Amino acid sequence: MIQIALFIWLLPLAAFVINIFIGKRLPRKGDWVSIAAIGASLVLSSILLFRVITGYNPDFSLHASLHWINLGGFKLDMGFYIDNLAVIMVTMVSLVSFLIHVYSIGYMDGDPLYNRFYAYLSLFSFSMLGLVLWDNLFGIYMMWELVGICSYLLIGFYFTKDSAANAGKKAFIVNRIGDFGFLIGLLVVFNFLGTFNLIDIQQDIGRGLLSGGWLTAAGILLFAGAVGKSAQFPLHVWLPDAMEGPTPVSALIHAATMVAAGVYLMARLSFMLSFDAMMVVAFIGGFTALFAATIAITQNDIKRVLAYSTISQLGYMIMAMGVGAYTAGFFHLITHAMFKAGLFLGSGSVIHAVSHSMKKIGMEGDPNDIRNMGGFKNKMPITHWTFVIYALAISGIPFFSGFLSKDAILGGTLAFAMSQSNPVYYLLPIFGFVAAIITAFYMFRLIIKTFYGKPQLKKLYEHVHESPLTMTVPMMTLAFLCLYFIYTLPSLGPVGAENGWLMHLIQKPFSAVAVQLGRPVYGITPQAEHFAHVNGLIISIVFALTGIVLAFAFYFWKTINVEKFTEKIKPLYTLSLNKYYFDEIYGATFVKGLLVWNQILAWFDQNVIDGLVNLAGRVMRVFSVFDGLFDQYVVDGLVNAVADITLGFGRGIRKIQTGQIQNYILGALLGMVLIIILTMI
Amino acid sequence: MIQLPSFLIISAIVFTLGIFTILYKKNAVGILMGVELILNSVNLNFIAFAKYVDVGINGQLVAIFIIILAASEAAIALAIILSLYRERATIDVTLVDEMKD
Repeated sequence: MIQIALFIWLLPLAAFVINIFIGKRLPRKGDWVSIAAIGASLVLSSILLFRVITGYNPDFSLHASLHWINLGGFKLDMGFYIDNLAVIMVTMVSLVSFLIHVYSIGYMDGDPLYNRFYAYLSLFSFSMLGLVLWDNLFGIYMMWELVGICSYLLIGFYFTKDSAANAGKKAFIVNRIGDFGFLIGLLVVFNFLGTFNLIDIQQDIGRGLLSGGWLTAAGILLFAGAVGKSAQFPLHVWLPDAMEGPTPVSALIHAATMVAAGVYLMARLSFMLSFDAMMVVAFIGGFTALFAATIAITQNDIKRVLAYSTISQLGYMIMAMGVGAYTAGFFHLITHAMFKAGLFLGSGSVIHAVSHSMKKIGMEGDPNDIRNMGGFKNKMPITHWTFVIYALAISGIPFFSGFLSKDAILGGTLAFAMSQSNPVYYLLPIFGFVAAIITAFYMFRLIIKTFYGKPQLKKLYEHVHESPLTMTVPMMTLAFLCLYFIYTLPSLGPVGAENGWLMHLIQKPFSAVAVQLGRPVYGITPQAEHFAHVNGLIISIVFALTGIVLAFAFYFWKTINVEKFTEKIKPLYTLSLNKYYFDEIYGATFVKGLLVWNQILAWFDQNVIDGLVNLAGRVMRVFSVFDGLFDQYVVDGLVNAVADITLGFGRGIRKIQTGQIQNYILGALLGMVLIIILTMI
Repeated sequence: MIQLPSFLIISAIVFTLGIFTILYKKNAVGILMGVELILNSVNLNFIAFAKYVDVGINGQLVAIFIIILAASEAAIALAIILSLYRERATIDVTLVDEMKD
C-alpha cells in the first residue's frame, strides 16, 4: 500500500516537471499529461479506498519511513502515515482534482498560458497529496508551504491584471502570518520532544513530556497555521480576494482542498490539543462561521458569495474540531469539498457563459456580477439543476450530504455545550444554528438572482448558452456525490450517517492529552448526546427551511420588499456589504501602521544612523590627514634613508668593477696569498 | 743528479712569470702566452712528481691531457682575439671594458 501511496504522490510531480519544461511543445499543450497523472492517482487512491472500506477497520494504520537527514543529534525521517483519515482525504483530493483538471479543458480553452496552468495544477496536486500523506510535521509544513506557493501562483495566474497580482500577494502575505505561528509551534514541539513524527509526538505527550501551558501554546500556535490556511477570522481577508484566480482554481484550491488543509491539520493534531487550546479553536471557528455568513448575504459577486460561504463552512469544521466532534468535522470537510467544488464549477460555468456573451455583444462589465444575471434556468439547465443540488446540500436539507455532516457538527456542538457547566459554551451552538439559517438564505438568494426571475439584461441573456461537456460532466459527477446515500452506505437511513462507512472508519483518535491527564479532556454525557442528536436534527431542518423560505420571500415572491427592508437596517447592511470594513481596518492599522513605522525607521536611518556614519567618516578624514603626514615624513623617510644608504654604498663599490680581467685576477691572487698567509699563522 | 726541488723551483719561477705576464701584459696574445706558461709550469710539476714519486703513469697522462687542453684553449682564445681585432682593430685588453659596471 505504501508503494501505491508513493505513486499517488509522485505522479502529479512527474506531470508538473514534464509540463513546465516541454508542455508548450506537446500536442494539446500537454493538458493530457496532467490529466493522465491525476487520473492515475485517482485510480490508485480508489484502490486504497476500496481496500480500506473492505477492511472496515477503524484502527487501520500503516507507517513507513526512510532516514532523510542526519545532522549530528538532529535526525529527520521522511515517511507516510496512512490511516483511514489519510486514505479518504487522498481519494477526495485526487477525485476533485481530477474533475477540475477535466473541467479546465473547457474553461481554460484558448488561454495563452494553458500549459502553465496545467503544470501548476499538477504541482498543487502533488503538494496537497504530500501534505495528507506525510508522517511528520516537518514534511507537512514543507508541503503546506508548497500548496501556499501554488495558491499564490494560481491566484495571480492572470498576472497582467493588477488586482490578480495584488490578490496573490495578499493571500501569500496573510498566510505567512499564520504560517509563522505554525513554525513557532513546530519549534516548541521539537524543543520539548525532539521529534516531528506524529506517532512519536503522540506517545511523548502521553508520557507527559510536553504539558500544561506549553502544550496549550503549541496547540494554539499550530492552530495559527490553520487559521491562515483555512481563512479563519481574523486572517480571513485573503480568501475573497483569491477569487481573482481562474474559477477552476477557486474550486480546487480555495474551496475543496487547500483551505481544508487547516481542518485536516487540526484533525491530525487533535490528539495534542488541551482544553484551552480546543476552546480557542472552537470559538474562532464558531465565530467565523457566523461572521462570514453575514457578509455573504450582501455580496453581489457570485464568486465572493461562495468565498464567504467557504469561510463560513470552514468555520463549522474548525468549530467541530474544537468541540471534539472530530468525525463530524472531517465528514463535513469531505461533503463540503464535493458541494463547494460543485458550486464553484457551477459559478464558473455561469461566468464562462456570461463573459462569452459579453464578448459577443461587445459589452464591458464584470461577468461575475449577479445583478446582470437572472433567468438563466432555461438557458443552462444542467448548470441550474446541479447548482440547486449543491445549494440544497450546503443548506442542510435532508437527502443531501451536507445535511448529514452539518447536523453531526451541530449535534456535537450542542452536546458539548450541554455537558459543560458554564453557559457561555452555548454560544457555540447558537453561532452554528444562526449561521445555518443565513447559509440557506444566501445560497438561495444567489440561485434566485442567477437562475430565476426575469433576465436583467435581455441582450446578454440571449447569448448565454450551456457549457461544453468537459465542464458539465464534472459538475454532474459532483452533484451525484452530494446525494446522502453515498455516505450512509451500507444503511440507507436519510437522517444520520452514524451507521455509514465514513463515520465508522473515522473514529476520534485517542487523545494523548487525556492519557496525560488520566481523564477525558472533557466529558460529553450520553444524555446530552442523545438529546442533542434528536433536537439538533429538528432544529437544523427547521432553520434550513426557514432560510430558504426567507430567500424566496425576499427575492422570488417579493412578499417582502428588499429595498425597503435594507433601508430599515441600513447600518447593518452597509457593514455587511463592506465586509465589516476588515480590509479597511487592516489597511488603516497594520498596513498604514507599518508604513508609518517604516517612515520613522527611515527618518532614524537617515538622521541618526547616517549621522553617526558620517561623523565617523569625518573623524576618520581628519585623522587620516595626520596619518598621511606621518606616512610621508616618518615612514617614507625611513624607507628613503635605507634606499639612499644602499645607493651610496653601491656607488662606492661599483668603482672596483673595472671590466679589466687583469684587475680581477690580481684581486683573486691577492686573496689567495692572504688565505695562504692566514692558514700559515 | 738533478733532484725534485730543482724541478719545482723551475716550475714555480715559470708559474710566477706566467701570472705576471697575465697581470701586466696589455696585449691579448701576450696574456694567452702567460696562460700557456702557467699550464706548462703545471705540466712540469706533474712530470717531475711522476718521475720521483711512485704514482704510476698518472702524471704523464695528466700532462698529455693538459697539452691537449692548452692546444684547444689556444685555438679558442686566438679565435676570440681575432674577432676582437676585427671588431675593434685592436687587441689591447685595457680598451675592452664593456663588462664595467
